[in-house]
Order: sequence, then structure tokens, then C-alpha cells
Amino acid sequence: MSMIRDAATIARRNVIRIRRVPDVMVFVLMQPLMFVLLFAYVFGGSIDIPGGSYREFLIAGIFAQTVVFGATFTASGLAEDVQKGLINRFRSLPMARSAVVAGRTASDVVYNGLSVVIMSLAGLAVGWRIRGSVLDAVVAYLLLLFFSYSFSWVMACLGLVVPTPEVVNNATFIVLFPLTFIANTFVPSDNLPGVLRTMAEWNPVSTLTHAVRVRFGNLPTGTPEPTSWPLQNAMLYSLGWAVLLIVVFAPIATRLYQRTDKR
Amino acid sequence: MNTPHTNTGLAVEASGIVKRYGEVTALDGLDLAVPTGTVLGLLGPNGAGKTTAVSVLTTLISPDSGWARVAGLDVVAEPQRVRSLIGLSGQYAAVDEHLTATENLEMIGCLYGMTRREARKRAEDLIEQFRLTDSAHRPLKTFSGGMRRRIDLAGALLADPPVLFLDEPTTGLDPRSRGELWDAIRNRVADGTTVVLTTQYLEEADQLANEIVVIDHGRAIARGTSQELKRHVGGEHLDVHLARPEDIGRVESIVASVASGAVRIVADEALVSVPVASGVDALSSVLNDLQAANIDVVDIGLRRPTLDDVFMELTGHAAEVEGAS
Ligand SMILES: Nc1ncnc2c1ncn2[C@@H]1O[C@H](COP(=O)(O)OP(=O)(O)O)[C@@H](O)[C@H]1O
Ligand SMILES: [Mg+2]
Repeated sequence: MSMIRDAATIARRNVIRIRRVPDVMVFVLMQPLMFVLLFAYVFGGSIDIPGGSYREFLIAGIFAQTVVFGATFTASGLAEDVQKGLINRFRSLPMARSAVVAGRTASDVVYNGLSVVIMSLAGLAVGWRIRGSVLDAVVAYLLLLFFSYSFSWVMACLGLVVPTPEVVNNATFIVLFPLTFIANTFVPSDNLPGVLRTMAEWNPVSTLTHAVRVRFGNLPTGTPEPTSWPLQNAMLYSLGWAVLLIVVFAPIATRLYQRTDKR
Repeated sequence: MNTPHTNTGLAVEASGIVKRYGEVTALDGLDLAVPTGTVLGLLGPNGAGKTTAVSVLTTLISPDSGWARVAGLDVVAEPQRVRSLIGLSGQYAAVDEHLTATENLEMIGCLYGMTRREARKRAEDLIEQFRLTDSAHRPLKTFSGGMRRRIDLAGALLADPPVLFLDEPTTGLDPRSRGELWDAIRNRVADGTTVVLTTQYLEEADQLANEIVVIDHGRAIARGTSQELKRHVGGEHLDVHLARPEDIGRVESIVASVASGAVRIVADEALVSVPVASGVDALSSVLNDLQAANIDVVDIGLRRPTLDDVFMELTGHAAEVEGAS
């Protein structure tokens, strides 16, 4: 399987880069860390979670936000490779066509895994705890990483079409900010008005957050069952989205890669 | 599309290659034929279409029309097989600056299908050959432009491909590195490798190429050995820099008497330039005439022909610099 071999070569190279340039990660994690502080200490006081603690509630939302924004690392990484001429070099080599993007999305799982570990430590520091079983916790982490992996394929397509890596952050912010906010990440979606509530309930970031929140045992006992179908089937719905994103965007990304020309 | 017979004597063949980018016609019917084991120099100014030609031959872009074969394989129909037989060093060093020299080359070796151990061994050999052993384990971001360029070239040589494409390989290198690189290329050619090399410098093409194709606006405007081209351009050139641009007309008629080709005038530099057959005689005769006519000269001298002269001679216009117009 030369595709797997080549993708592994590319992934190995990307992991070396994470080690060599750790400041990138610090910079990227600034935002969720700020959010932890902001929501835990500033807004948290005025958000009521009946029968539970807001900080416990918050962290699952932070995790979801972290992996969604973390997936943009795929876009900026590929855009940088295009700009530096590395993609053209790869394209001149007798390697599998899909290996560069496959290797990149795979190594970004390592990157996002590290991010989630750091955010977990931050969560523990502000009072978040894993209340469920170990198995449930493992499932929650795997779901976060799989979702992030699938979203990386979307971001790969973006990275291959933007003119410069700098554009990535601006282009993603206007989409990802509402995506992670019109959701149950920071406040329960039941509190949202009309249309926003429906949007939040069908937003896969909400279902991801909800599934993770449930698995970590961070919903206070006595919380009423969600009324919308996606939230009732949060795990299934989130996984469905993840699979859909991969099925749709992986072939597009591979095709875009083949057509990339530096300039 | 007419498909040619495979000519085993040719490592690279191209016929009628056209490539357009919107309004710009980057390649306008380019034909090439490079015998196996020889060096072709693609000589042309910025924007002539050199990089586009290399990109087509290395399967990075497909031509709008025309066909090309590398090692007998059609670049559009069998790109993957072509890729396993070529090495490319692009116009700008394409290296990962966070990886060390060894890591960069090892990665490329693996992507050519070598095992990690083979790739590492090859990487170390080449690093030694390019005298970078002391820096082998430093990230490339600490390297000078010339060192990066050499690593990039080592990447192209790594798998010993039978056909090498080098796009302006020595642009930006100091004279010593340039000489070393020329030697590395000559060694490969001695071992039977075919090389397509682009350059803006007549001297480089002169040093390395068996045959030179001069391109301008995506078309071959001249081809031949460097001897043939130079004969065409004439031996030496006489440059006269004037103190007053008003004198240009009078100087033009003075130098016309010694000219062996077209007189070239760069008005905003008050420069009159002319190819001359016998340099020293021409210089002293022109000096005398200038003195007799009482014309002030800032500088006057003889020099070897440059790409500008080739262009002037072949196209009647100066080589345009990209961005200027
Ligand atoms: N991707 C591209 N998009 C638009 N124009 C291009 C592109 N690539 C090349 N060109 C244009 O095609 C012409 C030839 O370019 P190029 O092959 O890079 O020349 P050279 O390598 O000889 O400097 C130039 O006018 C250049 O601007
Ligand atoms: Mg070029």
C-alpha cells in the first residue's frame, strides 16, 4: 500500500514540525484558554445551570470549540506548503495522489489530541471533573478527535484554494465563530430564542458538545431529556456528520491537490 | 492529436506546446528535442515561459495543446511513470525549513519509494557531496539561501533519476557555489543523465549546455550550440555612456562605422551599445572620433555579449524585465 506508506511519511514530517514549532500550538490555544477564563470567572456567575456547576457544563463546549478551530490548522498547514512550493515538489514525485492530504489530516489528529490534553488540564484546574466511567471518557475523547479529523478534510479543501496562509484565519473565523456560538457550547440551547434555538439544536457542534458532555457525566442529574431529534441522538448524529464530511470532502481535497499550482 | 514514434535517442521531446493563463500565452507552440545524455539550456528573460515549460514537462500542469514525452512516456497520459524517472529542482527552493537537511532529503527518498534506511544513506551521501555535513542536523531555516538551494538540488538528484529538470538552479548563488553546482551537474551528465536547465545567463548555458534554445514570449526564437549563438550575436560589445543624451544621434553614426550588428540605444541611460568585430581597434577608433567631435563620455568599454545582446540581435527588442513595462 504505497498510499499508506506515503501518507505516513508526510504525517511523520508534520509531527516533527509540531515538535519544532511548539509556539504555534500555544498561540492557537490562547483563544480557548481565554474562553475558559472568561466564561468560568466572568460570565459564569450569571449563567445558571439548574442543579449543577457551570464550569463542569462549560468544558465540553470548550473541547468542541477547540477541535473545530483546531481543524483550521490543516488549512493553514496546506496553504503554507502551497506557498513554499512544497506541494509542487510533492506533485513532481512518484507518490500516491491522496497521500499529502491524507498524511496532513492524520497528523493533525495528533495535533488536536495534544490540544485536547492541554485543554483538559486547564479544565481540571478550574474545577471540571470526569464523572462518568473510563470507557465513556475514552469514547468522548475519540468522538472529539474523529469529528476534528472529519472537519480537517473540509479545511484541507480551503487550504488548497486560498491565495495565502494568512487568509485562512479570516476566512474561517466568520464561519466558525457562529458555528461554535449558535450552539449549546456555552449556554444550554433551551435558553435561546426561536430560530436560533432550532439552529443550535441541529448544529453538529451542539450534538458533539452534548454527546461529550453526557459521556463525561457533566450534565447535572435531573436535566430534562432534550426535545429535538439531533440532541436525543447526539452521538449518532455527530458521527453521521463526520462520516458525511469525509465522504464528500476527501475526494474534493484530493482533486484540488492534483490541480494546485503555486502562484 | 498526432502521436509520434518513440524515438529512443531522445530523453525529452515536446511539440507545439501551448499554455495560456487567461490573457497571457505563457507557451506559444514550443518544440523541444533533447538527446539522451545531453544538456539542454532553456535561455530566456523573466516571463519568457521557462518555468511553464518545466512545469509541463514535469507533469505539474497540463498543456492546452501539443504533446510532450519524457523518457518516451507521454506526460499527460502517464504522469505517474514520468514522475518516477525525473528529478525536479524548481525555481525557488522547495524545502521544509523546520526540518533538518537530512530529514528533508530522507522524506523525499521515502516518497520516491526507498526504504527509510536507503533514503537516509542517500541523503547523507549527498549532504557530504555538497559539503553540508556540518549542518546536516540543523533545521533549514538556519541555512543561507545558497545552502537551501543545494539541499533542493540534492532532492532532485536523490533517486538518481535519468532525466533532471533544473529551473534557474544557480540564480542567487555566490560564484563559488555556482561553480560547485555546475560540477555536480556535469558529473551527472558524465554518468548518462539528461538535463533540462533553464537560465537567464548566457554564460551558464555556455558552461553546461550542449544545445541552447532561446525562448521569448513562449516561443523558441533561436536554437543551436553556444558557439553558433555567439557567432550570431558577434564577439564583443562596445558600450558608450554619454554625459548628454542629446549626443545620442551623433554617437550613433560614429559607432555605425565599426558595428558588426544592430546598434542598440537605451535612451534613458544615455547608452549606445554595438557589437564589434575587432574590439580594441573599434574602441580606439571610436574614442578618436568622439574626441574629434567633442562629445563628453561618462564611460566607454568593451564587454562580452549578454543575454540582452542575444535578444536585441534576435528579436530587435530588449529583454523585458517582469513587472516593468
Ligand atoms: N499560474 C499562472 N497564472 C497566471 N499567469 C502565469 C502563471 N504562470 C505563469 N504565468 C505567466 O506566464 C508567463 C510565463 O511565465 P514563466 O513560465 O514563469 O516565465 P519564466 O519562468 O521564463 O520567468 C508570464 O507572463 C507569467 O506571468
Ligand atoms: Mg521562471
